[in-house]
Amino acid sequence: MTRQGSVWLGLFLASLGLALLAPRLPAWALDPPDAILLDMSGWVSAGMDWLVNRATFGLFTVKEATRGIAAMIELPYDATRIALVDGITEGRGRRATTIVPPISWIAVITAMVALGIYARNIWLGLLMGVLFAYLAVFGQWESAMVTLASIIIAVPMGVVGGLALGTAAYLSPRFNRAMSPMLDLMQTVPTFAYLVPILFLFGFGPVAALIATVIYAMPPMVRITTMALNAVPAELKEFSLMVGCTGAQRLRKVLLPTALPDLMVGVNQVIMLSLNMVIIASMIGAGGLGFDVLNALRRLDIGKGVEAGVAITVMAVALDRLSQALAKRAGVPDLRNGSWVQRHPKTTLVVAVIVITGLVGLVMPWVQTYPKEAMISTRGFWADLVKNINVNYYDQLESFKNLLLLNVLLPTKRFLLALPWPWVMALVTLAGWQLGRGRLALLCLALTAFLATTGLWEQAMTTVYLCGISVVIAAIIGIPLGILAASNATAGKVIGGFIDTLQTLPSFVYLIPVVMLFRVGDFSAMIAVVLYALAPAVRYAAHGLRSIPSELIEAGTVCGCTRWQVLRRIRLPMALPDIMLGINQTIMLALSMLVITALVGTRDLGQQVYAALATADTGAGVVAGVSVAAIAIIADRLIAAGANRARARLGMTS
Amino acid sequence: MQDRPAKLSPVKLSCRHVWKLYGPNPDRLLANGAAPSLDDIRRSNHVGAVRDVSLEVHEGEIFVIMGLSGSGKSTLVRCLSRLIEPSAGQILFNGQDLLKTSDKDMIEIRRHRMGMVFQHFALLPHLTVLQNVAFPLEIQGIDQKTREVRAREVIGLVGLTGREDYFPRQLSGGQQQRVGIARSLAVEPELWFLDEPFSALDPLIRREMQDEFLRIQQKLKKTIIFITHDFDEAIRLAGRIAIMKDGALVQVATPEELVMAPADDYVAAFTAHVPRAKVVTLGRIMTPGAAAHIAGSLPATTRVEDAADQIEASALPFGVTDDDGQVIGHVTGRAIIDVLIGRADAAANGGQSWGTP
Ligand SMILES: Nc1ncnc2c1ncn2[C@@H]1O[C@H](COP(=O)(O)OP(=O)(O)OP(=O)(O)O)[C@@H](O)[C@H]1O
Ligand SMILES: [Mg+2]
Repeated sequence: MTRQGSVWLGLFLASLGLALLAPRLPAWALDPPDAILLDMSGWVSAGMDWLVNRATFGLFTVKEATRGIAAMIELPYDATRIALVDGITEGRGRRATTIVPPISWIAVITAMVALGIYARNIWLGLLMGVLFAYLAVFGQWESAMVTLASIIIAVPMGVVGGLALGTAAYLSPRFNRAMSPMLDLMQTVPTFAYLVPILFLFGFGPVAALIATVIYAMPPMVRITTMALNAVPAELKEFSLMVGCTGAQRLRKVLLPTALPDLMVGVNQVIMLSLNMVIIASMIGAGGLGFDVLNALRRLDIGKGVEAGVAITVMAVALDRLSQALAKRAGVPDLRNGSWVQRHPKTTLVVAVIVITGLVGLVMPWVQTYPKEAMISTRGFWADLVKNINVNYYDQLESFKNLLLLNVLLPTKRFLLALPWPWVMALVTLAGWQLGRGRLALLCLALTAFLATTGLWEQAMTTVYLCGISVVIAAIIGIPLGILAASNATAGKVIGGFIDTLQTLPSFVYLIPVVMLFRVGDFSAMIAVVLYALAPAVRYAAHGLRSIPSELIEAGTVCGCTRWQVLRRIRLPMALPDIMLGINQTIMLALSMLVITALVGTRDLGQQVYAALATADTGAGVVAGVSVAAIAIIADRLIAAGANRARARLGMTS
Repeated sequence: MQDRPAKLSPVKLSCRHVWKLYGPNPDRLLANGAAPSLDDIRRSNHVGAVRDVSLEVHEGEIFVIMGLSGSGKSTLVRCLSRLIEPSAGQILFNGQDLLKTSDKDMIEIRRHRMGMVFQHFALLPHLTVLQNVAFPLEIQGIDQKTREVRAREVIGLVGLTGREDYFPRQLSGGQQQRVGIARSLAVEPELWFLDEPFSALDPLIRREMQDEFLRIQQKLKKTIIFITHDFDEAIRLAGRIAIMKDGALVQVATPEELVMAPADDYVAAFTAHVPRAKVVTLGRIMTPGAAAHIAGSLPATTRVEDAADQIEASALPFGVTDDDGQVIGHVTGRAIIDVLIGRADAAANGGQSWGTP
């Protein structure tokens, strides 16, 4: 064993000893004493208070500014809602009469089929039709349309904003340098952390939810835009100068069109992230399918929860396939001629169907709204199914749960919580010193000190415990899956498809089956996190293994290595940096999921955020959110430094 | 090209003491017109991509730049077209200092008077052949009808009529490069830069493209700066060739002079494998003075390769005439054979050795 290795083994044993001694340690060592706590949540609350009530930009106050932004978003959102959900009505409440009905279900489905055909072919069109018909037949139409309306507003905002910022970052390296750490932070700060201040600034409701959604979904678009513009071949850039393009011409006629296929990948990301966030943001008033799930989870109405969860899945699959097809299609120019109607037969058809079904719907209501009598509810089915499973397999499920809980989860939790906080700070700082010397050590020290002074030490350690265990389990499952996927083409396809599906689903969805089977608690939270965070562990491992130069493997084979030896001696060490980055991503996803698992009752930082959300306590929410971010940043930097070192050792330049 | 450099035609583009250094602080190295040595540059962690280059390109000339990979050819051409800002020096286009030209004027000059053909074609993937060729005109703000008429014209010139509605990815490499050439011709530039335009093509298509290029040049008589790696290509096309090494010019001369009188071992090595008959002209191997009886007469600029058959077959020598048609010497079949089989003393006339490395 290397010297480093023995030092760390020694430190681990010392930690174990300290944990065993915990009951005899002084109280100040276990929990940071009140004397060193700082009232950060108080400061944040006061700051926000000042911001909302007194701060001005000179001509107008912050409050007026937020109102203005809200109004700007509300207008198109209301319009979309009118078109898809509400229609134009007169009067309020029960006496409201519809003047113009929303677009009929038949017309929406027709539009989706047309979009599918446009994006790829008749098969995609049929798939879109089936998926949306599912929503109508199984009674999820209205909620789905509310969610769709949010997406329709959030996605263009995210795309346009991302394009603008990404282009600015491409054009101005200074702007890029300023924005890059902000994007980093936005991606490490868990989603919930945005919700609290936004809730405070914009109030409860769809607008706040939309803003949170856009903030969450935009960073990848910014990154992809900058990357795609940078990736435009140098010759094309020189060409644009040589023909005398002005700055605007260069961007509009050369750079953006050439980068379009890459940009569309970003659009797909924005759509999927928006869907994910719109679901989460139902906690601050987004409504729609997310709200249904949330509500069902709160009331433990399993049947309804599953129904809405399946509807979200259906929607996610539909939007993902559609936007991926559109992305592939991008850059295929059209050469149609003839009149507008001739050139746009599908659009014409859709418009016609909207008008006709709208009119016919006035006399035949089933054309307008899918009839209640024909709806199929799966609620009872799911409830029965879960009941059956629980009745018949209760013992097995319970013993499985207890096995892990008693032997793995709880001991780890007890161990971590028993460690004195100065000791943890010292260990993390030492790790920082080992991997990245002074600067990293300093960062680790500062962030752990922050955690110690927030008064949330126990919650932070609970977060570390839950996240850590989930990541270890995700790695134990994911890395072998990745290896398998890389070694065998068929397995690669199957696993790839499985992972793709896992990644398409909004994080909420994972909670439903888990809670059904294992009820609330740490164990359910852990399983949901593992499911959600599994994908990158598999992906990066497979990618790392696949991208090893084939000569290296041939060299091993020529030396007479067995397959196992090739794997252990060549492929795994070479893939190590990638595997580490995969673990890094897994940690990030796990942390962002923790806050959702607060719904199932874990007592960690997520719970703090959730509670703050319920009581609109900005300070507490922000501090808890930033604490999660601090943990994320420590993990991120340590692992990135480790991966870089591994890379340097293998002679690969980063 | 068979023409000697057009010595009499005016200078189109010239550059004086142009430097391009990459590294931490090029300005410091070049402060006050200093001329750092290669060692100075390397020791201070800079890369001397272009070092102290001065040259003149005349109107109607094909000026070829050659050199090993990394010798600074592309960088020089990009400095000349100001795609890269030189670290120091002066670039005169029609007497106007390009480095002092405002961005706005630069756009005007590039729109109307300069063109460039790229090694990897640089076609816009989302536009058809027609739209690609018309693109520079679109940038100039010319209306769609006019620019499409013009685009069809140049597409015809490069032999791609009928493929106007294809997209770049539906064309072969050679066809794509034709589109690149047509596109840069569409604006009728006075000065035409070509950076290894045929290197990405296979030998057969390359040859075909060179013929095409010569045909077009015969018609249009542009001033051309052409980069290539391939000495055969340089010989076929060039009036003069500039050889670069480590960013500096080693020699600027006609192909014949390069072969017959290389400035140093580097140039000699470069030209070692060139068949002499391809570059040596009658003027160099002739015996001065008229012969008593001649079978006919040929210009002094004729290359041995092109006249060999004719002269060798005849019993009598051929007269050699200068640009004005005055007979200035004569060549015999024997002199031709000396060149063809590489007999060393064949060069005795010019007083040089063969310059074998
Ligand atoms: N942006 C840059 N930064 C640093 N060094 C550069 C840069 N661009 C070019 N160089 C260096 O300048 C030198 C000349 O490069 P250039 O591309 O002009 O060579 P070249 O003669 O065109 O080569 P090739 O035949 O391979 O195209 C090279 O040593 C290269 O490494
Ligand atoms: Mg080059």
